[in-house]
Amino acid sequence: MSTEISNIVLKTENLSIGYRKKNEQQIVASGINIEVYPGELVAVIGVNGSGKSTLLKTLSGIIKSIDGEVFIDKNKLSNIEPDKLSKDVSLVLTEQMLSKNLSVIELVALGRQPYTNWIGRLTKNDLKKIMHAIQLVNIEDIKNKKCHELSDGQFQKVLIARALAQDTSLIILDEPTTHLDLYHKAYVLKLLQKLSKETNKAILFASHEINLALQLCDKLLILKDNKTLFGTPAELIKTDVLSNLFPKQLIHFDKESSSFKIK
Amino acid sequence: MLNQKKYTLAIILLFLAVIITALFNISLGSVNIPIQEVTASLLGLQVEKDTWRYIILNYRLPKAITAIITGSGLAVSGLLMQTLFRNPLAGPYVLGLSSGASLGVALVFMGASVFGASFAAILLSEWSLVIASSLGSLIVLFAVILASIRLRDTMAILIIGLMFASLTAAIVSVLAYFSPASQLQQFVFWSYGSLGDLSWDEVLILGLFWLVGILIAIGSIKNLNSLLLGEQYARSLGTNIKRNRFMIIIATSLLAGSITAFAGPIAFVGLAVPHLIRQIIPSSNHITLVPAVIFGGAILMLICDIIAQLPGSEYSLPINAITSLIGAPVVIWLLVRKRKFNF
Repeated sequence: MSTEISNIVLKTENLSIGYRKKNEQQIVASGINIEVYPGELVAVIGVNGSGKSTLLKTLSGIIKSIDGEVFIDKNKLSNIEPDKLSKDVSLVLTEQMLSKNLSVIELVALGRQPYTNWIGRLTKNDLKKIMHAIQLVNIEDIKNKKCHELSDGQFQKVLIARALAQDTSLIILDEPTTHLDLYHKAYVLKLLQKLSKETNKAILFASHEINLALQLCDKLLILKDNKTLFGTPAELIKTDVLSNLFPKQLIHFDKESSSFKIK
Repeated sequence: MLNQKKYTLAIILLFLAVIITALFNISLGSVNIPIQEVTASLLGLQVEKDTWRYIILNYRLPKAITAIITGSGLAVSGLLMQTLFRNPLAGPYVLGLSSGASLGVALVFMGASVFGASFAAILLSEWSLVIASSLGSLIVLFAVILASIRLRDTMAILIIGLMFASLTAAIVSVLAYFSPASQLQQFVFWSYGSLGDLSWDEVLILGLFWLVGILIAIGSIKNLNSLLLGEQYARSLGTNIKRNRFMIIIATSLLAGSITAFAGPIAFVGLAVPHLIRQIIPSSNHITLVPAVIFGGAILMLICDIIAQLPGSEYSLPINAITSLIGAPVVIWLLVRKRKFNF
């Protein structure tokens, strides 16, 4: 256990998240305590408006926390310089890109920006990492296509490859499965599970796919009504939190099959 | 980045095209000078007629250099604005720079009738046009920079630039409304743009501004590529968004502001050249786009200047009209032919 603690990738202590408006603070969720170790796949689950995106933005340093601390590789997030942070955390966002007129390999190569020189020249090592990232997500066949030629599912894989090429110990994904059909949802999450094990990176993602997350993730963070629960799927199933996640008239949690059913 | 080697040849060809069009530009005019004589004169060799040498060194060469500087400078600032504002319609003048310059010049030409003759006497000196348009651009520029420091949203800066443009344009039309025809005419002539009125001193000053602007643009190439992903991604790649935005606005202002001051408000090149280049070189990578746009802008301006001179005749046309007359059909043709818009 002691070796694991020394490797901890992401840790929060009594974290409160929310927005600041002038002098007002609007807290979205508080008391968040999570620990994420190398090779772990962690899902952040919650209904719309529960603060998933706010949490991911806070963890990636885009917005400041209201209270509490975030530690990345045991350093306080607030003390990490942006160029150092870019080597610790990589992101896959839902933000619309300016240009899809880049080839797949060019987009993946942008993941190497924190390591390249002033004009962005790629070294042999950079090229090796780029090709490795492309192999890991299995997109070699489309590597010379332009990004606007890809389907949503393919493009999501490209974005994941870009994050891998950034060579960080933590990858944060914001709803990587939206706009995807059931097969591609399962495919992308299964891919994330495989990547976390093969690369030993910690992967944290927000998702609405609670059924899939329960089957695939090592740990889940559930945000509900300003409260948070963090644990392995088995631990969470034992508690009542899953049964109370949605209004019971419509959706109930079936402990036998560990999945949600519509009444 | 990758796969850029195949574009190296295209960039070399563009560079050669700059040299060839520059030679033609110097050779053609009201007096046509053979290309061999032009090269000989430029290399400092013996030239058949001394008048040719005089024309080349004192009129044609500074004009050709001005064309290269204005074309490339405006084209690069257009590219910078299009990437920064994530908007294919952005150009160097979206920040309101040319409107600011117009206001300065309008005050010089037409302020006399509104504010009295003594005011005009102070302003109407040899450098007054350059100073007035520079001051006009600078005032707008400072307003935009103040806004960019305060605002987090890049789009808001774009809107503020457009608002300043409308505001200054309104003041200019009020001035024009109260001005006598002769002064209005002077202002209209300035707004046609001109490449040929610059002395070597002025070319040198313009060249210095151009150099600083281009160097900042080249230094921003890596961050511009990060911006292709959007601001949040760029930040996660370690880009300092605010500083980068500030540098890009400075570079654009130096380029577009100084060019407007010396050559007038030359429209269209800044908007069109990045699109022309994107149709020829289908890449969004700025390490390819920046040099290609520099050369492309220079070529377009040199060609437009050749046409504006109406070779062999005594007349010349306003350069501002020619850039649009030549450029717009080319952009339309390229877009229709490819049926796809690369951005």
